[in-house]
Amino acid sequence: MATTAELMVDNLCVQFGGLKAVDQVCFSLKPQTLAGLIGPNGAGKTTVFNALTGLCPVSSGQISFCEKQLTNEPPHTIARHGIARTFQNIRLFNNLTVLDNLRIAYHQNRQYSLLCGIFRSPRFKREEAQITAKAREALDLVGLADKSEHIAGSLPYGEQRRVEIARALMLSPKLLLLDEPAAGMNPQETQTLLELIRKLRDELKITVLLIEHDMKLVMNLCEELFVLDYGHLIAKGDPKSIQSNERVVEAYLGGSWA
Amino acid sequence: MAWHIIALQQLINGLALGSVYALIALGYTMVYGIIRLINFAHGDIYMLGAYFGFYAITMLKLPLVPAMIVSMAAAAVVGVLLERIAYKPLRNSSRIAVLITAIGASLLLQSTAQLVFGASFKPFPQAMAFRRIQLGPVFMTNRQLLIFGVAVLLMVILHVIVQYTKLGKAMRAVSMDKEAALLMGINVDRIISATFAIGSALAAAAGILVGMYYNRIDPYMGMMPGLKAFVAAVLGGIGVVPGAVLGGLLMGVAENMVVTLGSSTLRDAVAFAILIVVLLFRPNGLLGKKGIEKV
Amino acid sequence: MNKLTSLISGAILLFIYLLVQLLERQGILLAYHVQILSLCCINIILVVSLNLINGFTGQFSIGHAGFFAIGAYASAYLTVTWQVPFIFAIICGGILAGIAGLAVGLPALRLRGDYLAIATLGFGEIIRVIILNTDAVGGARGFSGIPKYTTFGLAYLTAIITVVVIRNFVNSDYGRACLAVREDEIAAESLGVNSTYFKVLAFTIGAFFAGAAGTLFSHYLQYMAPTPSQIGFVKSIDILIMLVLGGLGSITGSVIAAIVLTVIPELLRGFAEYRMIIYPILLILVMLYRPSGLLAGQEFSLASLAQLFKGAKAHGNHS
Repeated sequence: MATTAELMVDNLCVQFGGLKAVDQVCFSLKPQTLAGLIGPNGAGKTTVFNALTGLCPVSSGQISFCEKQLTNEPPHTIARHGIARTFQNIRLFNNLTVLDNLRIAYHQNRQYSLLCGIFRSPRFKREEAQITAKAREALDLVGLADKSEHIAGSLPYGEQRRVEIARALMLSPKLLLLDEPAAGMNPQETQTLLELIRKLRDELKITVLLIEHDMKLVMNLCEELFVLDYGHLIAKGDPKSIQSNERVVEAYLGGSWA
Repeated sequence: MAWHIIALQQLINGLALGSVYALIALGYTMVYGIIRLINFAHGDIYMLGAYFGFYAITMLKLPLVPAMIVSMAAAAVVGVLLERIAYKPLRNSSRIAVLITAIGASLLLQSTAQLVFGASFKPFPQAMAFRRIQLGPVFMTNRQLLIFGVAVLLMVILHVIVQYTKLGKAMRAVSMDKEAALLMGINVDRIISATFAIGSALAAAAGILVGMYYNRIDPYMGMMPGLKAFVAAVLGGIGVVPGAVLGGLLMGVAENMVVTLGSSTLRDAVAFAILIVVLLFRPNGLLGKKGIEKV
Repeated sequence: MNKLTSLISGAILLFIYLLVQLLERQGILLAYHVQILSLCCINIILVVSLNLINGFTGQFSIGHAGFFAIGAYASAYLTVTWQVPFIFAIICGGILAGIAGLAVGLPALRLRGDYLAIATLGFGEIIRVIILNTDAVGGARGFSGIPKYTTFGLAYLTAIITVVVIRNFVNSDYGRACLAVREDEIAAESLGVNSTYFKVLAFTIGAFFAGAAGTLFSHYLQYMAPTPSQIGFVKSIDILIMLVLGGLGSITGSVIAAIVLTVIPELLRGFAEYRMIIYPILLILVMLYRPSGLLAGQEFSLASLAQLFKGAKAHGNHS
């Protein structure tokens, strides 16, 4: 595998006031890897995601993706470069239908102009039909084809998580960041999720980085792991080596090895 | 007169007016600090305070100080009722819904006042004869002195309450973290009521002072000073008590300076120009703390 | 199906117009009645355009009268001083207000919720104070001698155009981006929606139509007074009340509320006196019991009516 890294994170620091939430973190991801970011609560995992997606300012260090500098770019620019994400506390557009949630995410690929939209030109109609078809396709992929007309906020928790993944897929991302995708899911749902994530990588050729506390899922799914503790990257490697890593075990002792 | 004397004179006038803004701004800032609500009806409570004072003096024949106390108490009751009836049921609703309710409450108080007290203005009874106090090249009227004195006195009392009493401690705790305060056994509903009561009482005092200063009161008198006091609170840093005082004084001075420099109709635009500038360049106000939005 | 419903809608709208014309010619509708109907149209434009900003994009603006005032005064200045053709004046009034909307939308990016509300209120008042101090438009005396160019037909047509344009906008990708900003700005941004751009866009389009409404208004009444109730915060709040009662995010609701709340005060003389007590109570009650407005996000259309009939005939017959 001579492929160069797709995502490069170099000396990333994020500081809130006097608190260093993320401190000199370096890692890189090759295309189409399934990677995990783990660590005890409060280790700075979500902050790394937020920095990667432009939702919190990077104090120092650099982030580049596909050889483009994305450090401190606004979130929508980062999304345009092919990084999509889900949120730990699910951020669906709760009052809109599932289908509309997905259609919104096609935004950056929309071609027709404002005037086309206002005058409902043939081009507008053609493209809207395409957008809807694409949204249904994505829903089908996560197994929610029959829920397209439901109001997103009314779905059960596990389905909301899947809608959020489908919505992220509408961006046609190269890198998908999943923040605790299995939280609140039962073992069966988690198994389905695991298969779904594998399918995304295999069929859509997407790189996946996920934060997860379910160690069974992480160890079964991920090919590469990064371990954060108090904002520092304390270990990286394949699941086997991480499990036997002394520093990792130490970091988790007393913490929640959930 | 040399320009610097005029400027000094306007500074004095501005401080008197500004201390009124400060009194009203305190209510905005305290309520905002505790329940993150811009109480649009606050300016109308100030108006009601002026009317309560008016009737206490003319009908109950009370002297100024007892009349002011009666009016402050009555306004406090209105403030608490307003919170209980209109705002409390919406505590978990969207902020827009609460804001619309606050606008509704403001309109309601205004039009009720118009219906009950009449739409035309009433001359405010004067509790003291007009006197000028010469201070070198400039002067201050005894009314300005009264306004300034009463305002400072009330602010000192407020400061003591907020800093040194159990109630004040609880108020600060609730404004920092409502849930944590609740867990500590603080009766949050009571603290919110107390905040509305104190804020409304201060506004009522301001209403009477302004009634005396301008000699007249009317049902719409709360609108503009209310908005301006809000701007003062934002200027000082909303939620920060000393910020409201600073913001109020600065606003009063700035307005009077603009009147000196140019047209007096521009005066009402000053406040909003200040507001927009502050929000753009220092959205947390002069003394405000920086807030972080959680993702 | 789609073509058919728009054809029927068009026919109904044309019929209403012809009916008004006929009744007016027959002397059944007096000039006063036609004026109320025209004001209904103007208010529809105002409420629907405010709905785009407040209801669909979630940017709480209470300075809509400011845009209205810019349109009203700027266009009147153009027709009075330069004898500009009216259609051109309408567009200019709209564009100038749109530019103001752009200018207000820009700071809006930094402000949220209640702060934005106050800032827009402040903006509206600044506009009023500027007008008050501008002699070229009559200053405090008011602007009189504006030619009467607005007819019911023109107001009616403009209202229809406004409703159609905003409805189509809302149902396009642009409108969906606005909805996304309203629902969750952070999620919207992470999906590639430039929230800044769409806030400004909503303000600009909303302001444009408010400006057009202002133009129609000043050329109907032929006199503008720089009072709070005509171009100041009282006017802004009037529009807001119609919007909220009709329902944030419902165009149909806006149209109905604009008509009902324009007609009722005119019909019931006694009502006018208590209007400002009843409205705020309604406002508070709606917020307490039905915060999304009477027609919460629902739209009424011929298509949905037809759907209803179809649904009754054959269950679950999806298109």
